[in-house]
Amino acid sequence: FVVKQLSKMDEEYDVIILGTGLTECILSGLFSVSGKKVLHMDRNSYYGGESTSLTPVQEVYKHFGSEAVPNYDKPRDWNVDVVPKFLMADGKLVKLLIHTNVTRYLEFKSVEGSFVWKSGKVYKVPSTDKEALASSLMGIFEKRRFASFLQWVMDYKQDVPSTHKGVAPNATMSEVVAKFKLDKNTVDFLGHAMALYRTDDYLSGPFLPTVMRIRLYTESVMKYGNSPYLYPLYGLGEIPQGFARLSAIYGGTYMLNKPIENVEKKDGKIEVTSEGETARAKFVVGDPSYFPDRVKKVSQVVRAVCFLKHPINNTSDSKSCQIIIPQNQVGRKHDIYVSSVSSTHNVCSSNYYLAIVSTTVETANPEAELTPGLKLIEPIAEKFIKTSDIYEPLDDGKESQMFVSKSYDATSHFETTCDDILDVYKRVTGEDFDFTQVKKDSVEEA
Amino acid sequence: MASRSSVARANNTNTQGKICQFKLVLLGESAVGKSSLVLRFVKGQFHEYQESTIGAAFLTQTVCLQDITVKFEIWDTAGQERYHSLAPMYYRGAQAAIVVYDITNQDTFTRAKTWVKELQRQASPNIVIALAGNKADLSNKRMVEHDVIAILQEAAAYSEENGLLFMETSAKTAMNVNDIFLAIAEKLPKNEAGVSGNRPTAGVGLAATENRESSGKSCCGS
Repeated sequence: FVVKQLSKMDEEYDVIILGTGLTECILSGLFSVSGKKVLHMDRNSYYGGESTSLTPVQEVYKHFGSEAVPNYDKPRDWNVDVVPKFLMADGKLVKLLIHTNVTRYLEFKSVEGSFVWKSGKVYKVPSTDKEALASSLMGIFEKRRFASFLQWVMDYKQDVPSTHKGVAPNATMSEVVAKFKLDKNTVDFLGHAMALYRTDDYLSGPFLPTVMRIRLYTESVMKYGNSPYLYPLYGLGEIPQGFARLSAIYGGTYMLNKPIENVEKKDGKIEVTSEGETARAKFVVGDPSYFPDRVKKVSQVVRAVCFLKHPINNTSDSKSCQIIIPQNQVGRKHDIYVSSVSSTHNVCSSNYYLAIVSTTVETANPEAELTPGLKLIEPIAEKFIKTSDIYEPLDDGKESQMFVSKSYDATSHFETTCDDILDVYKRVTGEDFDFTQVKKDSVEEA
Repeated sequence: MASRSSVARANNTNTQGKICQFKLVLLGESAVGKSSLVLRFVKGQFHEYQESTIGAAFLTQTVCLQDITVKFEIWDTAGQERYHSLAPMYYRGAQAAIVVYDITNQDTFTRAKTWVKELQRQASPNIVIALAGNKADLSNKRMVEHDVIAILQEAAAYSEENGLLFMETSAKTAMNVNDIFLAIAEKLPKNEAGVSGNRPTAGVGLAATENRESSGKSCCGS
């Protein structure tokens, strides 16, 4: 008679998390740190799901369904993102990294340049009134108007009427830009390259969110220099790994390579079945790919991952940069983003650059929509194009105890991802996440 | 071991002003004593019924060599070696590794060899690897004696062949625990190239200044 050792699957957990994308790994870390018993599984053999960095380079070809793989000298030098995003230096993801101490596992570099496209040319985004006055992006009078607008943005305090300078508290953003007499091109770049809106809807809304977003931009620039963005060495896929490690340190159990056969609610518990074994938990959290019946498609994003052998033109040979092509400039409804990193970030072999061109799909020919962005980065050594569906959960999960996250959207940074993380956190716990309550890693340094 | 070498417990003030910091990772099957080895080395403690690793996966300890202080930043697996879920991040920039097996369990030695292969595949090419045959105190619970000797001989031969350091250790009695870390410290390249070549710096530290107590990541230049 053989006593079969119980596998970890047969245990009961507080939460089972499906998928090791950034959203799921951060939630896993937060739950583990707060004392919840976590089982975290992924159907893939690697961490990161959609937010992984593909390595070695052959995996990039495989991911995009390409048969022929050219020979690369050092295939393991490559860590290629498929979802392009940067961290805002003063943004929520950096706050989460610092509060959880996951920063200790990672190293970041400041992105060298932030650019905006206007009438066929690439300009550095001026982030302070001083830079605005020195910029060739605007004419002499417009510069002054923009500088005084920026000054107003930085000084604005809701409860100090003297800082309002006559702007009514319920004014729309278009009323504000009209008051400062800003021209259309200036509005394009402040809304899209600084406030980082993807459409022009913000103009008809209240001005305060836009003011806060421009401040996030300028305050992020002030942190490290040339741009508001940070990027981790070895690629974005390091960030979910870091949070997974945090979760594991606090007792989280990790299983990769686990196909998920079934998720259902039974007798008030959630049962997750994988390879014939069933684990139980109070609730389950996962990315949309694990819950095809509980999500709806809201849009599509087209992304072109490109290998280059040169820095992008007109970016002062930046080793990393972002270029935003505001929608109005190219007759679209959504902006086109170009983001580039290179071998200095340990994401490709020396002398190579990686660039991703992306936008929200508006037509039946997504690839053609990327053309203005692709033109900027020519010549292109290798190009991989993929259109991805963007999903959102159908409900808040409170009824089913199945909490589903959103897909990674077209934004160029992680702010909306963090909003989703904090939203799932609140749906699960019923409380807002309190940044001051995160327990610091209790590890002592000898 | 050099007699002037010592393991500094508590706040080490180094007299030469030369501190080299290295990332050291532990590998090996569950329950071979990885955490116990670190706990013995860093805190001088041993717990007979050490729980599976929770909450202690990032410890530091300094070792003083004749002319230099070596600071180990020690990464434990946090249980992620189970179910093959150890993240590539774990190996990144590691300049040293201790692969641990249990001398009373042949399987763990076989798996140790797999971990060495994994290191050679994933880690930096000049990583210093030490093989530790742990639980050397358990002579009364040893398997068939000649098996152990066979493992010992095989381990020694295997280590020599692969350029590994090799010692039998006991976290319980402290046998060879400091010694294996000292041996690694001695073998690590202390020149600037050796250090910064493995860990590109110039990264932005975020809150690093408050978390990492010293700025000495590639600090051996003098």
